[in-house]
Amino acid sequence: MIEFLVNDKVCAVSDAGANTTLLEYLREDLRLKGTKEGCASGDCGACTVTLACLSSETQSLEYLSANSCMTLVGSLDAKQVITVEYLEDGSDLHSCQKAMVEHHGSQCGFCTPGFVMSLFTYYKTHDVAAHETLKEALGGNLCRCTGYRPIISAGLHMLSSGNPDKFERNCDETIVSLGMMKQKTEIPVIVENEKQFFCPRTSDQLAQLLLTHPEARVVAGGTDLVLEINQSLRDIKTLISVSSVEEMKTISISDGHLIIGAAATFSQFQSTLIDNFPNLRELIGRFGSLQIRNQCTLGGNIANASPVADMPVFLIAMNTTLTLRRGEDRRTILIEDFFKSYKKTALKDSEFIEDIRIPMLKNRGTLKLYKISKRFEDDISSVCTAINLEIKDNFIQESNIVFGAMAEIPKRARHCEEALNGKSWTEETISEGMQALEQDFSPISDFRGSSEYRLEVSKNLLLRYFLERNSTPESLIRITQYV
Amino acid sequence: MFNNEKSSFVRSNSAPVVNENQIQDKAESNQIVGSGIEHESAMRHVAGTAAYVDDIPAPEGTLHAYFGFASVSCGRIKTIDLEEVRRAPGVFAVLTLDEVTGKTDVGAVFPGDPIMIGPNDEVEFHGQVIFAVCASSRTEARRAARLAKIEYEQGAPDISIEQGWSNRSFVRPSHEQSKGDTESGIKSAEHEISGELYIGGQEHFYLESQAVLCIPTEEKGMHVITSSQNPAENQKLIAEVLNIPFNAVNVEVRRMGGAFGGKETNSNQWTCIVALMALKTNRPVKACLARSDDMMSTGKRHHFISRYRVGFDKDGRFNGLDLALLAGCGNSPDLSDAIVDRAMFHADNAYFLPAARVVGHRVKTNTVSNTAFRGFGGPQGILAMENIIDRIARHVGKDPLDIRKANFYSADRNRDVTHYGQKIEQHVIPNLVSRLESTSAYRSRRSEINQFNQENRVLKRGLALTPVKFGISFTVQHLNQAGALVHVYTDGSIQLNHGGTEMGQGLYTKIAQIVADVFGVDYETVMCTATRTDKVPNSSPTAASSGTDLNGMAAQVAAEKIKQRLIRFACNHFEIDAEEVRFSGGRVAMGEKSLSFNDFVQLAYRNRVNLSASGHYKTPKIHYDRSIGKGRPFLYYANGAAVSEIVLDTLTGEYKVLRVDICHDVGRSINPAVDIGQIEGGFIQGMGWLTTEELVWDEDGVLKTSSPAAYKIPSISDTPPIFNVELLPDSPNKEATIFRSKAVGEPPLMLGISVWCAIRDGVSSISGYRFAPELDAPATPERVLRACTRMKVMMKDSRTNAMA
Repeated sequence: MIEFLVNDKVCAVSDAGANTTLLEYLREDLRLKGTKEGCASGDCGACTVTLACLSSETQSLEYLSANSCMTLVGSLDAKQVITVEYLEDGSDLHSCQKAMVEHHGSQCGFCTPGFVMSLFTYYKTHDVAAHETLKEALGGNLCRCTGYRPIISAGLHMLSSGNPDKFERNCDETIVSLGMMKQKTEIPVIVENEKQFFCPRTSDQLAQLLLTHPEARVVAGGTDLVLEINQSLRDIKTLISVSSVEEMKTISISDGHLIIGAAATFSQFQSTLIDNFPNLRELIGRFGSLQIRNQCTLGGNIANASPVADMPVFLIAMNTTLTLRRGEDRRTILIEDFFKSYKKTALKDSEFIEDIRIPMLKNRGTLKLYKISKRFEDDISSVCTAINLEIKDNFIQESNIVFGAMAEIPKRARHCEEALNGKSWTEETISEGMQALEQDFSPISDFRGSSEYRLEVSKNLLLRYFLERNSTPESLIRITQYV
Repeated sequence: MFNNEKSSFVRSNSAPVVNENQIQDKAESNQIVGSGIEHESAMRHVAGTAAYVDDIPAPEGTLHAYFGFASVSCGRIKTIDLEEVRRAPGVFAVLTLDEVTGKTDVGAVFPGDPIMIGPNDEVEFHGQVIFAVCASSRTEARRAARLAKIEYEQGAPDISIEQGWSNRSFVRPSHEQSKGDTESGIKSAEHEISGELYIGGQEHFYLESQAVLCIPTEEKGMHVITSSQNPAENQKLIAEVLNIPFNAVNVEVRRMGGAFGGKETNSNQWTCIVALMALKTNRPVKACLARSDDMMSTGKRHHFISRYRVGFDKDGRFNGLDLALLAGCGNSPDLSDAIVDRAMFHADNAYFLPAARVVGHRVKTNTVSNTAFRGFGGPQGILAMENIIDRIARHVGKDPLDIRKANFYSADRNRDVTHYGQKIEQHVIPNLVSRLESTSAYRSRRSEINQFNQENRVLKRGLALTPVKFGISFTVQHLNQAGALVHVYTDGSIQLNHGGTEMGQGLYTKIAQIVADVFGVDYETVMCTATRTDKVPNSSPTAASSGTDLNGMAAQVAAEKIKQRLIRFACNHFEIDAEEVRFSGGRVAMGEKSLSFNDFVQLAYRNRVNLSASGHYKTPKIHYDRSIGKGRPFLYYANGAAVSEIVLDTLTGEYKVLRVDICHDVGRSINPAVDIGQIEGGFIQGMGWLTTEELVWDEDGVLKTSSPAAYKIPSISDTPPIFNVELLPDSPNKEATIFRSKAVGEPPLMLGISVWCAIRDGVSSISGYRFAPELDAPATPERVLRACTRMKVMMKDSRTNAMA
C-alpha cells in the first residue's frame, strides 16, 4: 500500500494505479478538475501541483512544484499533494491567487491553476521575491495568452501579506500525518493484476528487489520513462521507484570527490554542485524546468543514456566515476565507459547506479560549459559542450573536450584534443582544433538543428572558449547573462 | 459618458495596470466603460473552478471517443481492418464513413474536408481521420485506436510550398489586386531590387486542446458542449451530418482554454464525429485530443513565400511593387481564400504604394489544412512588406525607420489610397510613430548601439521600430453581423447573452461593462452566460478581432430597447419628460424622485413592461468587389508600433530581446487592463512566431515538431526585461463603433515583427549596415548564425572586390 495526503485527505493506493499518473488520479479518481492536462509530457506546467515532503533531517515540510502528469502515484509515498482547490482559506483566496487576479494574470485561464501552484510553491519557499528566482520558479509553466508580464507582476507583489497562511497553521498536523506514514516498515507496494510498483526505502531493499525482479524498470524522476505510459500508452509491468531511498540522496565531499547519491534530485544537489563548479550555473539554469529539476535525478540523467542529456557532458569532462551495485556487489566505472551506444549502457541486469563521484580537480575553474538550444528555458540542446584546457607558459598542456547531441552518445572530441595538446595557445591553434572537430563528429540533422549548424556551432564554441579566456568578460558576456 | 483622463493613464510595465483613481471613478460614477475591471472569470481561473469541456461533470454513462489517424500523407486506402480495435478492452463502438447518412464533408466555406475517409479514398495528409472508436475510458479508446490495420497504396506527397507550386497544385484560384502601372513604376525608378522570403507557419498551442461533449436529446437532437469559436457553424454542420434540422441541435460554449483562430473551423470535425458517435450509441460521448494528436491533425498558420520586385527612389520611396504571395494552404481550401486575401490587403502595411500588383496563390500540399490564426494572413503580408523596407534601407544606406516614415500614408498629395482602393480616413500612424520614437529614445539608443557594435567583435545589438496598420471587419461581408439577448429580472439582476465566444480575450467582461453602463448599474449586476445557439442564433465566428465591435453593439442595442421601454413607462407613470429620467449609480432618477434600480424594475414589471430584448447589429459602409480587387473591405484600421532591441551572439546565433516599447491605438478603450493584456500577449505570440516557433515536416509529410518538447513557444524568460506598453491617448475611433473603441485581438500580434527586424538590424551591423541579411522566418538561432556567417563572407568578398 502506498499512502499519501491529497490536500487534507489521507489516500491509500494498493491494488490499482501501478501505472497511474497523479494527474489522472486527481482528475479521474478524485474528480479534482482544477489541475489541467495541457500536454501530458512535462513541458507546459498546466498540471503543476505542490508536493510537501517531510524532511527526515529537519522534521519540517519542504515544498516543491511538480508536474502531476509526470508523477506516478506510487512515488507519492508519505508526501502531501496540494492542489489548486485547496488553496482557499474559507472563502478567502490565497495571496498568490489574489495577486494573479489583481494583476490580470489570467486570460483564458487554462494554464492558470498551474501558474498558481508554482507561485504558491514560490510563496512557501521564498521570503523575498526577485525577478531571477521568480522566473526560475515559473520557467516550466507555459502561457499562450498573457505574454507573462502580468504574471511576473503578480509574483513580485504577492509576498507582502504578513499573516501565516492556512498551510503554516496546519503544518504540525500535516507533519504528524506524514510522519506516521513514514514510520510504517513494510515496503510500500501496489499490486494491480500483472503490474507492480515498489517503493523501497533503503538501497538494500532496492538491490534485493532488483535481484528478484530483473525485468523491473527503475524509476527515479520518471521524466522520460513516464512518457512511455502517457504518450506511448504502454503498460510497464514492474516499476521500482528510488524516490524514497533516502540514503541514495546524500551529497558529500570526501577523498577529493564530490559524491552525489544517484537518487538525489537536481534541486537537492544543484547548489552544492554549483558551489564547487561555479561555471555550471548557467547550464543547470537551462536544464529542464524547476518542476523537472524537482523530480529528476543525476542517476536518471545518466542511466537513461540519452544522446542529448546535458549532465554526462560535464561528468565525462571531469573524469567522473560511477558506483554500480548489483545485490551486494559493487564496482566502479569511468563514466566514459558507461555509455556503449545509442541508449545502451554498461549496466547489467539487476544492476543500478548507486552514486556518482566527481573529482574536485584543481583546474576546474577553467572548465566552461555551453548549451545551445532554440529556447533558453526548458529546451533540449542542439549542442552541449564542456571544454577545459590546461594552459602553461602559453602552451596547451592538456585538453578535455566533450560534446553532447553530436553523436549517439555524449562523447569526447579526441581528434580535436589531439590537435590542441602541446600546441601554443593561439587563435591559429584553436582554428586547427575547430577543423579537427569535423573528424570527431558527423552529427544528425533534425528539427533541433542541421548537421552543418551543429558542427559550425561546435567549432565556434571552441573559439568562444578561447576568446573568453583571453578577453575582458564584459565584451564576451553570454546572451543568457543579459537579464 | 466617457472620461478622457482614463485613456491616458494607461501605461504598463512592471506596475499593476489598474490604478486607484480608476477604482474611485467606478465607485462614484458607475460609468464602468473605460475601467480596467478584471476578467469576469479571474477569481474562478485562479481557484481552479472555471470549468472547461473536460472538467464539466459528464452525464452518467458517458463514453469516450478517440480517432484513428492516417499514417501516411499521400496515397489511396486499400483496406481498413478494425477487428482488433473492436475487440480491445473497454471498446463500445467503432464508427466509419459508410455509416454517415448525412453530409460527409465539413468544409467551412468550400468542400474538401471529409469528416472521415474510407476504403479507396485518397489520403491527403498525415493525421487525417479514418475512423473513430468509443470506449468506457479515454485511455482505452486511445489504445484501441492504435490497433487498426490499414493498408495504403502510397503516393508521392507534395510537402513544401515549392513542391506544390512546381506541380501547379492549388486549393483555390489565385487572386490579384492592382493599382496603377506597376511595370513602368518599377522600370522608371532609380533603384530596383528583387528577392524572396520564406515565412514560417505557426502552431496555435492553445493550452486546452480540442474537446467536445455531445449529449443526445429526446427529440433525436443533440446538446453539444464544446470548445469552439464558432458554435453556429458547429450547429449547422452537426445538423447536416446527422441529417436533422438545425433547431434540434444546441451548441454551448462557456469558455475556451485559448483558441487564437485554431477553434474557428478546426473544431468542426471533432464535434461532428462525436455527435455521430453519440447518435449511434445513444449515449453521451466526449472526446479530448491528446496534445501531440492535436498538433498533428489540426491546421496551423499558413507558411508563405514572398517573391517581390520593387522600384524606389534615392530616399527609399516606393515607385512600384510587384509582389507574389505563395501560401502553403495544406490539403484543402478551408479559409485559405479569405486568409490569403487578408495577406494581400496587408501587403502595404502602413505605406503608400503609387503602383502595385499583389497576387495571392493558394498552393496545395499534402499537409494538414492550414487555417485561421490571429492576424489571418495579415501578419504574413506585413512581414513581406517589412522585409522589403529593410532591404530598401540598406540599399540606400538609411535607417529603416526613415524609409518607413518616408512612405507612410498621408492626407497630403493624395498619398492615402491603398492598392485595393480603400481611402485611409484616419491617419494615426505618423503621430503615433513620432510619439514612440521619442518615448523610446530611438535616436539616442541608435547611436549607442552603433558604438557598441563597432566595439564588439562577437556580440551585436539591433534596434527596429515597426508599425502595424490592421484592417477591421470580416472581409466576407455577411459575417459582419451579431445578435444579443438581454433579460432584466425582477430583482434587478441582468442576464446577458450574445453570439461571441470567450477564449480569454475578455469579451464577456467588456460586453457586461457595456450593458452595465447602459443601465447605470454596478458591473456585478450583469451576468454574461455561456454562448448558446438556442439563445442567440445564426452568430458569426468570434474572429477577425470583431468580438466586441459586433456583439458589443448588439448588446447595447438590446439593452437600449429595454431602457427606452423603461423610460416610456417612467414618463407615463410619473408624468415626467423623458429627459428627466436618468440611470446611474444603481438608481433611476426621475426628476426629483429617485428609486433604486431594483425597485424601479419591480415597479415596471408590475406594470407589465417587457424586460427582455434582443439586439442585432450589422457593420455599415463595407464592400469589396473581388472581381476587380477594389472596395472598402474595412470599416476602419487599428494601428500600433513597437520598438524592439536585441543582442545577438555572432558565434552561436543565440539572441535575447532586451527592451520593447509599444504604443498602440485602441481608440477609446472599453477596458484598458484587458486591452493591455491583448497587446502584451499578442506581441509575445508574434515574437514567438518569428523567433523560436519552428514547424518542421519530414519529406514524408510527418510533422516532427508535434509536442511542446520540440515546438518551443515563448516561455517566461523570453518576456523582455523592459516592456513598456502604452495605449495611444486621445484617439477615439472616427467611425461610430461601440464607445468609439477599436478592435484589439489581432493587431498587436504584428508588433512582434519589430523583434525580427531588430535581429536583422543586428546581423546587418556586421557589414556596417551596408547589406541586408538573408534571414527567413522564424529567425531561429540556426538561421541567425547562418545569416551572420553569410554576412561575414559578403564583407570578405566586397573587400576582395574593392582591392581588385
